[in-house]
Amino acid sequence: MDQEELVLRFQKKDIIAFERLYGMYWENICGVVNTIVRNKSLAEEITQDVFAKIWNSSDSYNPSKGRFFTWILNIARNAAIDKVRSKSYKNQKKNLSADYFVGILNRADSSDEPEEPIDTSALKKLVLNLKEKCLEIIEMLYFKGYTQKEASSQLDIPLGTVKTRNRSCISQLRENITLEWK
Amino acid sequence: MEVDKYIATGILELYVAGALTAEDNIEVSKNALQYPEIQTEILAIEASILELTKSVTPNYTKRLGFDDVKVRIGERKNTKVVQFPQEKTNWAAYSGWAAAILMGIGLFWFYSQNNELKSEIQVVESQNELMEQQIFEARGSLASQNDLLDNLRDKDITVVPLGGQEVSPDSYAKAYWNKEQDKVYIDAQGLPEPPDGMVYQVWSLKLDPLTPTSMGLLEDFASDDNKVFALNNPNQSEAFGITLEPAGGSEGPNLEQLYTLGAVSTS
Repeated sequence: MDQEELVLRFQKKDIIAFERLYGMYWENICGVVNTIVRNKSLAEEITQDVFAKIWNSSDSYNPSKGRFFTWILNIARNAAIDKVRSKSYKNQKKNLSADYFVGILNRADSSDEPEEPIDTSALKKLVLNLKEKCLEIIEMLYFKGYTQKEASSQLDIPLGTVKTRNRSCISQLRENITLEWK
Repeated sequence: MEVDKYIATGILELYVAGALTAEDNIEVSKNALQYPEIQTEILAIEASILELTKSVTPNYTKRLGFDDVKVRIGERKNTKVVQFPQEKTNWAAYSGWAAAILMGIGLFWFYSQNNELKSEIQVVESQNELMEQQIFEARGSLASQNDLLDNLRDKDITVVPLGGQEVSPDSYAKAYWNKEQDKVYIDAQGLPEPPDGMVYQVWSLKLDPLTPTSMGLLEDFASDDNKVFALNNPNQSEAFGITLEPAGGSEGPNLEQLYTLGAVSTS
């Protein structure tokens, strides 16, 4: 059963297919959510809710408008960002920095947050030799959920440059992964 | 359409990120259906993002897991115990009880078997003790028989047969006299059991004139197994006689109750 088939079944409320999809994407969603909320147990809690949410709104996914992973990634980012903006979270963590993804590396290096629950060795291998500019744009587009337009104005570069710069950065990432697999 | 150029624009990376407008998304989806290279490229980009996002997952020793999601979507009651429908037989519980009862019976059986074996061992042990006692006694008995035989075979022994007399013509006895040790062994197997209150008394006799000297009594005659009695005899006997006397013996022999008599051969 390929991924498209699984998604179809999932949309027909096949719980077995749902469980398979959960197994396929749980770590990815949790990784993205944790990058935003920076709290291990909270990240898990939100991730579980995200999966409950996609089950309940499975009708709203339209394959002709994007990838299934892109759809749940978007829902997860929104849920995590909503949580970060909520009162309870702000009271709990006052000095939250905006550097989600890049921050993990920096913090791990400076080790002023010893409770950081991520083993960064895998991440470091993946982003090895990626420039600061790359980390920045990847973070904006995949972890923060910026649109092309938002990234363009944030970075003060033309729309087309967002695409090409991002492509070269992702190519570098793919190369690192390929090297890793060898 | 020039697929390579299209891919090189970087639009597919933004498609995976979800950073495009709704119109752009629909366009890319259409192209992906039409051009397999585009679909392949999208999958490759997605794989790299999956790899990246996976690398920032925290380490959980125990996850809530899919069961927790099931609870959240109402597909499952929030309980760890699986609910069996009421009308169905609860085989798990029944077999559990059955196993427990069988186990209990088994344990009881082992317990009683064990007790039985223990008492059997005790019986065997006491039997062994009895056997040992008997063997010990038999050895003692054999040793004393051997001693007796050795004594009777001694080269210094003079054998004196005592014949039955008027009172009891069928009676007989033998005297084995060891002159060196001044001992006489009386083999009284040929004498009848003495009546109650009576006892045999052995006499050493000098014949001219007739002088009897008591050598002793054959005490506990009935209970003596081999009917051989050892008596001291320091006398220069010329004959031996055995009379029946009242219990405790007499000063002189009652010759009317002389059972056996035999002379020591002079040769």
